[in-house]
Amino acid sequence: MATYDPAELPELLKLYYRRLFPYAQYYRWLNYGGVIKNYFQHREFSFTLKDDIYIRYQSFSNQRDLEKEMQKMNPYKIDIGAVYSHRPNQHNTVKLGAFQAQEKELVFDIDMTDYDDVRRCCSSADICSKCWTLMTMAIHIIDRALKEDFGFKHRLWVYSGRRGVHCWVCDESVRKLSSAVRSGIVEYLSLVKGGQDVKKKVHLSEKIHPFVSKSINIIKKYFEEYALVDQDILENKETWDKILALVPETIHEKLQQNFQKHHNSLQRWECLKKAISSQDIKNDKCGHWLELEIMLQYCFPRLDINVSKGINHLLKSPFSVHPKTGRISVPIDLQKVDQFDPFTVPTISSVCHELDAVSTNDEGKEGNEAESDIKHRTRDYKKTSLAPYIKVFEQFLENLDKSRKGELLKKSDLQKDF
Amino acid sequence: MQFSGGMRKKLRLGGDQRKASYPHSLQFYLEPPSENISLIEFESLAIDRVKLLKAVENLGVSYVKGIEPYQSKLENEIRRLKFSFRESLEDEYEPRRKDHISHFILRLAYCQSEDLRRWFIQQEMDLLRFRFSILPKDKIRNFLKDSHLQFEAIPFADALDLFRGRKVYLEGGFAYVPLRDIVAIVLNEFRAKLSKALALTARSLPAVQSDERLQPLLNHLSHSYTGQDYTIQKNAGKISLDQIDSLSTKSFPPCMRQLHKALRENHHLRHGGRMQYGLFLKGIGLTLEQALQFWKQEFIRGKMDPDKFDKGYSYNIRHSFGKEGKRTDYTPFSCLKIILTNPPGQGDYHGCPFRHSDPELLKQKLQSYKISPAGINQILDLVKGTHYQVACQKYFEMIHNVDDCGFSLNHPNQFFFESQRILNGSKDIRKESIQPETPQPKPSVQKTKDASSALAYLNSSLEMDMEGLEDYFSE
Repeated sequence: MATYDPAELPELLKLYYRRLFPYAQYYRWLNYGGVIKNYFQHREFSFTLKDDIYIRYQSFSNQRDLEKEMQKMNPYKIDIGAVYSHRPNQHNTVKLGAFQAQEKELVFDIDMTDYDDVRRCCSSADICSKCWTLMTMAIHIIDRALKEDFGFKHRLWVYSGRRGVHCWVCDESVRKLSSAVRSGIVEYLSLVKGGQDVKKKVHLSEKIHPFVSKSINIIKKYFEEYALVDQDILENKETWDKILALVPETIHEKLQQNFQKHHNSLQRWECLKKAISSQDIKNDKCGHWLELEIMLQYCFPRLDINVSKGINHLLKSPFSVHPKTGRISVPIDLQKVDQFDPFTVPTISSVCHELDAVSTNDEGKEGNEAESDIKHRTRDYKKTSLAPYIKVFEQFLENLDKSRKGELLKKSDLQKDF
Repeated sequence: MQFSGGMRKKLRLGGDQRKASYPHSLQFYLEPPSENISLIEFESLAIDRVKLLKAVENLGVSYVKGIEPYQSKLENEIRRLKFSFRESLEDEYEPRRKDHISHFILRLAYCQSEDLRRWFIQQEMDLLRFRFSILPKDKIRNFLKDSHLQFEAIPFADALDLFRGRKVYLEGGFAYVPLRDIVAIVLNEFRAKLSKALALTARSLPAVQSDERLQPLLNHLSHSYTGQDYTIQKNAGKISLDQIDSLSTKSFPPCMRQLHKALRENHHLRHGGRMQYGLFLKGIGLTLEQALQFWKQEFIRGKMDPDKFDKGYSYNIRHSFGKEGKRTDYTPFSCLKIILTNPPGQGDYHGCPFRHSDPELLKQKLQSYKISPAGINQILDLVKGTHYQVACQKYFEMIHNVDDCGFSLNHPNQFFFESQRILNGSKDIRKESIQPETPQPKPSVQKTKDASSALAYLNSSLEMDMEGLEDYFSE
């Protein structure tokens, strides 16, 4: 794979936007079947151009318009915002107060930096295979809840391009949800509370809600390998002191001694479990709960409520490029979450490189510029490593279409009854 | 509500129909009864229920609700008064019918004022809560289904406060409220419905009250059984006339303080002032004799002819004590009544100083009462925000030198009572509820006349038309 050089970004983007960006599918998504008039036209996009020039309130009349503008402006970053009451690019002409954000997908942003206090391998923008499991667990836990508890059908999970994942919930009713309900959903999904100054961030109530128990069951599948092997959270005094800070002082001494006697985190974790459930602790809810609280603090998803609650919040668009890593924000196949490896996600340089290789082979095929452009594009991405990701996206779009047809049928049935 | 003649619904229930009409041991009282009952039964059902609700109140005060011994004691009361309580009993028809009818009768009696309604709703809710608590789980589902309650599966977006803290189980986008939390929701529903129903009942009350058979019964019910009020002369004779001057500065609310001062200075008060102040004095314990002496003394100082006083004013004083004419024992005015009705005009000293005085004058008055400038400012701020009673509470706190008066002021006599409590550390402290404004007819010649005509029918089955009640109670 060609290594990505940020200096090449402008040129790479030119090629990407001309030949690879999946405009048709993208438009198909955001147009939502054209059921609501001007839904696409009232959608806000924001572009970050070269030299960090940021422009908001971009909007487009149709797919062709979108394409032309993107090719013209060559944005480094693309964000998607809300559907407004008027065309965002005309918002200055609207009477004050009349320009309102009306609908938007429910979105989640899970960022690895929010776990810095519990991962040893990396910090801040870095990720590695050892800590990526956190994202895997997060996707399983959050997606299960969105699907089973809330009944949301159309959930698109996307790799952010660097250190996290995003989720776009696109159900028709969900796009209309108020800010308050969005906040409520995040609250429902939250367990880890507190910042730097809070040592123990998870407190379970005596009655464990099904959401929590189901999440714990998911975490249990990964805990040993993730926490006790990869992260090695009880490796040495420095690391196990952090865990001891979460358990009552009365058993610290005993545990310190026991830990010394054992050789690895797995053994020490067993010690810890035994010590917690012993009679030494005088807590209202000790034992099993404490063990779960520690697991949750180390593994449970951490959401940024500000991303989810605002209807007008702008979030990085799928298929946009991450300027620092060159990676493309690709959809994640929910059937293959455990196999997803962020380091194998195509970068813009690699796909462009792949494209070049293809073009060389196709050289000589005549036809006018525009026509061959389009023809190329429809075949182009298929010949790059972008293909499987676009397939995932198309499956997602299929489901949206099916749902829409189902709804329309239902509505027309009802009308027929009259 | 039509209690006039017209169409009369007759319902004779027989055999299996009885079980069908009351399928559950507890009920939401959604449908009013539609049978005919005698006046005797009307009264006895009502009185029994009042006794029951009083028991509910007392037990709720003495014991912790929901656990023993509250549970068994309440069950005994219900049993004793022959009301329904157990789902599994064989023939529960009579107790359930009694429960049903008596509830609706009491609605008539207790819808008349905010305080009565509040009391009634509170006791009915406690009763429902108890009955719910002893209902076996499988019966709960049936009861709720029949009550037409929509609660089971609530779309999550409508149940924000339930799901956000994970208080309920979510599945497929619906919040499922667990059985134990259903009680809270059920009770809430019940309270909302009952509150609305009482408001509607009150509106149609004049028609009911015009029915001579019902009016004395209903009024007697609410009068006797809501507990303490300021007309029952508990404190009668405990105040001596020479104490009044000092009491007026120490324990009177500003409205009465200013009335007293005006009376002393002018040796006269106009009608509005006499009513407001006179009833207040009755409430703090002045007997009729004391009141007559008090007013006469003062008016004579104003060069009034003693005979003129006897002829004119004393009749009015006796009247307000319920000793003349209609024999209505008038109750002292509440703050709300003073603030909202009969604003003072030129030469009047009644009303509420916080409401009716010009802020400048109020300020001067408070300064003359030696209230600190900070306190005065706070009071004026409250007045600006139309929080007159809170302003008066603030005055109370200032003159008694306490941070928090510890009560919510809504009656001048309450002010006096609380003040005396602080100043005397009085032991017989019982929270005295406020008597509603409606005049209560005392047993008098008038009533006997009505009762005798009613009595004439007592031995035959008097038919009472409850039709029309339905329209007012259904949603």
